Amino acid sequence: MDIYLPIAGMSQDMFVLLALGGAIGLLSGIFGVGGGFLLTPLLIFIGIPPAVAVASSANQLVGASVSGTLAHWRRGNVDLAMGGVLLAGGLVGSVLGVWLFHLLRQLGQVNLVISVLYALLLGALGIFMLAESLRAMLFRPVAARRKLHQHYWVHGWPLKMRFRRSKLYISAIVPAAVGFAGGLLSAIMGVGGGFFMVPAMIYLLDMPTAMVPGTSLFQIVFVAASVTILQAVENGTVDAVLALILLIGGVIGAQIGTRVSGHLRGEQLRALLAAIVLAAGAKLIADLTVTPVDLYSLELLTP
Amino acid sequence: MRRWLWLGLVVALGAAGPPSRAPAPAPGHAVDPEPLTADLSSHVIGINTGFTGASLILFGAKEQPGDIIVVVRGPPSVAVLRRKHRVLGIWINTEGLTLDGAPAYYAVASSRPLDEIAPLGLLRLHQIGLANVRPAIAGPTDVAPDQETEFRKALVRQQELNARYVEEIGKVEFLGEHLFRVNIGFPASVPFGHYAVETFLVRDKKIVAGQTVPLLVTESGVNAEIHEFARNQSLAYGLIAVAAAAMAGWLASIAFRQR
Repeated sequence: MDIYLPIAGMSQDMFVLLALGGAIGLLSGIFGVGGGFLLTPLLIFIGIPPAVAVASSANQLVGASVSGTLAHWRRGNVDLAMGGVLLAGGLVGSVLGVWLFHLLRQLGQVNLVISVLYALLLGALGIFMLAESLRAMLFRPVAARRKLHQHYWVHGWPLKMRFRRSKLYISAIVPAAVGFAGGLLSAIMGVGGGFFMVPAMIYLLDMPTAMVPGTSLFQIVFVAASVTILQAVENGTVDAVLALILLIGGVIGAQIGTRVSGHLRGEQLRALLAAIVLAAGAKLIADLTVTPVDLYSLELLTP
Repeated sequence: MRRWLWLGLVVALGAAGPPSRAPAPAPGHAVDPEPLTADLSSHVIGINTGFTGASLILFGAKEQPGDIIVVVRGPPSVAVLRRKHRVLGIWINTEGLTLDGAPAYYAVASSRPLDEIAPLGLLRLHQIGLANVRPAIAGPTDVAPDQETEFRKALVRQQELNARYVEEIGKVEFLGEHLFRVNIGFPASVPFGHYAVETFLVRDKKIVAGQTVPLLVTESGVNAEIHEFARNQSLAYGLIAVAAAAMAGWLASIAFRQR
């Protein structure tokens, strides 16, 4: 059944959109990543104009992350204090990111630089996570001897704060810095930033894996909402009809995902996430290096 | 501005054809009938929520023998073309060319193959046929003149891929000696804007008469309202979009909790 999308200016099969939303929702529920890094390219692949795809994904993300956050909240898996500090850092980061984006753009080839950096970041992160989680799975007795928290030099920083839910007593500067970097990335890359935030929360903040998806989703709600409003005002590219159809599939997927995530062990969850991070990195590298089908690209501006 | 463009086009058509193109008949005088009359079954395509494409019929009558060519031209747009090159193993955009006045949509129908009806020079002059769509180069470019053709071909190729450039949308059929008709199909992704549907009567490799009929592709119903609202009240639209999404997420989580 086809439905016409007013802002995208085209009609699409409703069931394709529902299925797409469902698949992304599942990922988001399991890992606490927004899935924007996957949703946007998939929307572009089925023919939605890139600008509309980016903005409508953000809109969809608002609903999906609200749904996911509430589901995790009921299981007591959202650390509000941690989420708040991350968010504060994230907002500052995204403001600076928007400014940095304009600056880089004036210098030219900004997209290329970002793609290369992102591919390297995802590749390195994915390999590290995969190795770590495989080691944890294979040598469980050894891993069990690990201390409750490993102490890095950052734990000596001032402004210590107690995060009860995460059982952490660390400097607020660390999560604020993680949030800041996430906000910076999401402003420049146009994605939710969950991709960077989730591994950072696990490995840098040393949060319990169970707390990570809910807390990540909590702050994504606000980041996605601000991106949606900014896109609507600045570019007029938010297709609310598209976003709502994706959401219907997405919320169902997210609820199922949250349940699945409860049945998985921490290291399994991390290994799966690592595999997806690696796949995304590989795709970015492939996009940059594989000979394109058509060397020419067209951008049509209708007055 | 656009209106003047079309007017200019019509004037150009009149100038290109022989003087047989009749001036407006003075009242009270018996004059020769118009050599060519054509019209569309509808002058507006309204795009609503269930829009999956449209089909119009162009019908007309000719008072002289000859072939008919129908050209559908979408609103003139700016086409930015870029070419990728491999630098250190990575494909990056290096050269760019901007073409001004490229039709957002373009389709041709004719009663016989174009090259049998008219010489290349004439087709080029009136930009009839995909190979003869030649928008002007705008602004400075780093593309060498001998590479220009490749960029122009790429424009047509990409637009054909998106079903926005179509050669031979249909065959113009004659019904008897005078009447003709052609079905013109438009895809679901047809761009909005003011179109011009040109009909040419060609005889002995010359354009004998031409007529331009306007066509408006626009949104209708709920779509038009949503688009209008998103444009004029963008902040409110953004806030509502966020609120609707958050509400949907909340409702879903309640629905699932009760199970």
